[in-house]
Amino acid sequence: MKTHQRIGATVFALLLIVAGLLRSTPGVRATAMGQVTGTVKLDGPAPHQKPIDMSKDPSCAQTRGGAPASGENVVVGTDGGLANVVVYISQGLNGDIPVASKPVTFEQKGCQYVPHVVAVNPGQHMTILNDDKTMHNIHPDPKPGGGNNAFNKSQLGGGPSLDVTWTAEEIAIPVKCNVHPWMHAFIVVVKGPNGVSGGNGSFKLENVPPGTYTLTAWHETYGTQSQKVTVAEGKPVTADFTFKAK
Amino acid sequence: MAGKVFAVVVVLVTLVTAYCVVTHVWWMPVDISVHGPKIDHQIEETILVAGLLFIAGQIVLASFVFRYGGATGKPKQIPGGAKPLVIFAFVLVGTEVLALSFIGSKAWGAVYFEAPDPSSLRIDVQAGQFAYYFRYSGPDGKFGPLHPELINEGNQNYFGLDPDHDPDAKDDIVTAEIGIPVNKPILLTLHSKDVGHSFYVRELRVQQDFVPGLSIPVHFTAIQTGRYEIVCTQLCGLGHYNMKAYLSVLSQSDFDDWLKKQAAMQ
Repeated sequence: MKTHQRIGATVFALLLIVAGLLRSTPGVRATAMGQVTGTVKLDGPAPHQKPIDMSKDPSCAQTRGGAPASGENVVVGTDGGLANVVVYISQGLNGDIPVASKPVTFEQKGCQYVPHVVAVNPGQHMTILNDDKTMHNIHPDPKPGGGNNAFNKSQLGGGPSLDVTWTAEEIAIPVKCNVHPWMHAFIVVVKGPNGVSGGNGSFKLENVPPGTYTLTAWHETYGTQSQKVTVAEGKPVTADFTFKAK
Repeated sequence: MAGKVFAVVVVLVTLVTAYCVVTHVWWMPVDISVHGPKIDHQIEETILVAGLLFIAGQIVLASFVFRYGGATGKPKQIPGGAKPLVIFAFVLVGTEVLALSFIGSKAWGAVYFEAPDPSSLRIDVQAGQFAYYFRYSGPDGKFGPLHPELINEGNQNYFGLDPDHDPDAKDDIVTAEIGIPVNKPILLTLHSKDVGHSFYVRELRVQQDFVPGLSIPVHFTAIQTGRYEIVCTQLCGLGHYNMKAYLSVLSQSDFDDWLKKQAAMQ
């Protein structure tokens, strides 16, 4: 290749990279973005969670220092904070909704899924890891015809990670491991900013463009709740949810 | 020459195999059940008869190879032709198989056609891809009815119980491991929620298939404490290799403590 051709090609490649960066950087609009924070609470006593006996697979039972794991259908933290609630914008987002660029991690640890509920954008990458000493199979079961495809992939303990993306919005896709029947989790596929409440019930939605939205909270046992929020530029808005114990 | 070497190899393989069987190099695991000796006796008889025929067959094979191996020209005819010999072999093997079936049916009948002891401890077993779960009736001695539509592994409702509406199901104890008292007759009822599985405990000399839609009774009495593996011996899907559970044979007091602990975990 001649020198001037080489220089030309390098300049062209650099231009492409710069153009790509400009397109994908949300920082261009970051100053105008708002934030929604809040807490999800459970009103009433949390139902009893049966401990999980993992004696079927000794390598599972030996984790957690041999103590049985706790069921995760309803996880309530301090002050009644309800964990594993997905909060997302169900109405009001218009136009080209950006897809989160950072992959979410979904781990198999101590023969349970961490996190128990994971939220992801359609098209966002999801990294599945197996930290256990035993083999797991990841078996998500989306609704037929909903646009997402079911799969059943095995993953060796400490084996290479799997990369998965979802195409359509869906609330929620149950995931199970057939080898360890107690293992289950939910994948919530929603467009736009979203958050999952932590152990104390708090959640945070970042990079919310200013506007008025319907904010929806979903819990695997208690269903959904919605409320209106108005997000202003650069100003955090608070929205709390309370689910009633059955 | 090659024929003679091969004949010697055949004889050596036969002798080594016979030695391993006779001296129990790889033998059955210890038997911990009351009915086990009948089954072991039947297996020994089968091995003896089959073993004698095996040795006879190998010696005949070796002697023919020794005598005729490497011979050239037109093969010699068996005196009287091959037909009578084949008929003789059919009759011999057929008689052996029939005899083993008739004698064996006695041992099988003694296990399966004997009614379970009325004082047996009843335990429900639920098999599913790819695990076993066990159910004890609790203090009321009654099992709650099963509602297959309520089966939900995510909620750990492996049997489909409805304790909110069925009073009998309220105190049912569901466990991932089966504990039984030693020297007590046990009556299992096997259910499968999906496909065919099997309940096999080598030391118990119990191997019984699960058939979806059927409740299959199995009864036995264990006479030795210990922890034994229950494995699935009916290919049931991808996770078949990992379908297992453990059987703990405990003294009566250990069993009572164990069951109390399990009840507290519900």
